[in-house]
Amino acid sequence: MNFAQVVQYAFSGITVGSIYAIVAVGFNIIYNTTGIINFAQGEFLIIGAMTAISVSRIAPLPVAILVAVVVTTALGGLIEFVFIRPVKKASVLRLIIITIGLSILIREAMLHIWDEQVRSLPYFTGTAVSSLTILGAHISPQVLWVLGASAVIVAALTLFFRYTLMGRAMRACADDSMAARLCGVNDRWMVTLSFMLSAGIGALAGCVISPVTQTQYDMGAPLAIKGFTVAIVGGLGNSMGAVAAGLFLGLLEALVVSQFAAAYKDVVAIIVLLLILVFRPSGLFTRGDVSALRTA
Amino acid sequence: MKTRFAAILSILIVALVLIAPGCKESDDTSEGGASAVDKPPIKVGAIFAITGPASFLGAPEAKTVEMFVEKLNEAGGVNGRKIEVLIKDSGARPENAISMAKQLIDEEKVLAILGPSTSGETMAIKNICQEGSTILLSCAAAESIVDPVASYVFKTPQKDSDAARRIFQTMKDMGVSKIGVVTSNDGFGMAGAGQLAKYAPEYGATIAISETYDKAETDLTGVLTKLKGEDVQGVVNWSIVPAQSLVAKNMKQIGLDVPLFQSHGFGNIKYVEAGGEAANGTIFPCGRLLVADVLPEGHPQKDVLVQYKSGYESRYNEDASTFGGHAYDAMVILVEGIKKAGSVETAKVRDAIETLQGVVGTGGVFSFSAQDHNGLDQNAFEMLTVKDGKFAVYQK
Repeated sequence: MNFAQVVQYAFSGITVGSIYAIVAVGFNIIYNTTGIINFAQGEFLIIGAMTAISVSRIAPLPVAILVAVVVTTALGGLIEFVFIRPVKKASVLRLIIITIGLSILIREAMLHIWDEQVRSLPYFTGTAVSSLTILGAHISPQVLWVLGASAVIVAALTLFFRYTLMGRAMRACADDSMAARLCGVNDRWMVTLSFMLSAGIGALAGCVISPVTQTQYDMGAPLAIKGFTVAIVGGLGNSMGAVAAGLFLGLLEALVVSQFAAAYKDVVAIIVLLLILVFRPSGLFTRGDVSALRTA
Repeated sequence: MKTRFAAILSILIVALVLIAPGCKESDDTSEGGASAVDKPPIKVGAIFAITGPASFLGAPEAKTVEMFVEKLNEAGGVNGRKIEVLIKDSGARPENAISMAKQLIDEEKVLAILGPSTSGETMAIKNICQEGSTILLSCAAAESIVDPVASYVFKTPQKDSDAARRIFQTMKDMGVSKIGVVTSNDGFGMAGAGQLAKYAPEYGATIAISETYDKAETDLTGVLTKLKGEDVQGVVNWSIVPAQSLVAKNMKQIGLDVPLFQSHGFGNIKYVEAGGEAANGTIFPCGRLLVADVLPEGHPQKDVLVQYKSGYESRYNEDASTFGGHAYDAMVILVEGIKKAGSVETAKVRDAIETLQGVVGTGGVFSFSAQDHNGLDQNAFEMLTVKDGKFAVYQK
């Protein structure tokens, strides 16, 4: 294997990894506020991408994406208001099962709205055939968009959760909603807000990856599974960890493809997930004691 | 009160079931005089994957059958009787197909079942139809549906092996001998990989590397980098999933500039649209439906194709696909069989279908025999390519 080929495999890993990472980030927002995993996160991506594709026929691309993000954000809030908020004795398990039901519901609804055809947004820069040549290997410019979008989202989220009152209030709710309420935080609205935020970010992610992955009504679940794996590997709730874990998993898969049959790729991903759940359940990039504090 | 009502109802049902066969007989005897309106319609079942992962197959198939039957009945039906079609949505699940087939055979007593859309479902009900002596006209691709032959089971799509042979023949003409193969990890992809491996030596081609990817894959640059490392002269992708346009894009993106061949699963203009510029130059074998408009006048299939295509497109306002064409062919073969048999007795219709010769359909010209329940050969395929985002006949 020559050097250019090694770089090419690395680029392939980064391409896949950046997609995993941007999906994984969405999981962390709702987890950070409610402690639940939203299994409809993959569907938020597809709704966002599909909406943008429909709107892009009559409006320029940036407008289409903006509309998609706004629509999906509103939908995220609506879904929380209708399906999550009224639940009595809302245990974490019960809420998670509701999100699984929601994902099926949304998927079927999308089948009726957008049929079964594969669509995709146009490439943000260049076309399907353009590529950048770096160190003798090639990479699609869209991958840089995905990486850039992940970086911006993660930076913005980190600032939001650490330094704004609202962000801190949301984290306080996850830690102890009763205590947060006693301090004057409206915990109900914080949950709604977290659904809106994660739906909006999911929509943005869906739009950015659409040119690379293409978009079909039932693609949310497979994307969400990989994103979920990455979120766990990186440590749930840790957005920077999610990006690092996404790239790690993508590169690992590229390594497997280069050395063994490509069919074994997912086996490796699942084994990594199992090993981490057994030996480092708090994730690769989160310290155990921090995680213990969170769940205490 | 409730139980008495139920008892009366069940007695009524039993009575109806007992009387029903009697009615049928009396109808058959008065064949000559009565008009189509008086006679009970011929019941035909259909199992299509209208929703779910194979909806791109099942949805156009169901629409095609609806359109076909409506037109046929308006024109007076077949042998003076109308056709009543019962369309079931299996969601591409074999277990659904099984219970639907049993229901259609045992309760509805249909003459024939059209579909299912996928090979897995068809294989699941092949024996049920055979044992239930009900004609099955499958719209799925796998060769195992008609090999070994089950006397009541037929299929309309062209054979995988013929697609593989046409691909290799084209490669030979182009001087491509060292190739890489990528296939999806579903039934269609696995079958294709097998056929390609089987026929490569016959055409002097070497498969340098053969890789499988997950059908829900979102990026294939890794696998294609591996192919590039082997210095292949051509790539064959065999899948029915959206990965078909991904392969085209990813090849261009990593600078793998060799001809891309795809299976007959590429016959959907949406895949070309999804692939954008990258799809240009893709070469694949396909039925002639997609190039109906540019076929020379006088081609035996020209009229059938143009008629079906324009009928479908004006009615449903979407592009016709070869998949819908498979259902069209199934209907044509059934109707021709009934006409030839001059009866609606299952065994007689079955015998008649087996002797049909030169029936023009969308997938090719069908000629059946006791050994061949597909009725198509290599000529059913045309090698197509993509030029400026449109399908065109491939020319050397």
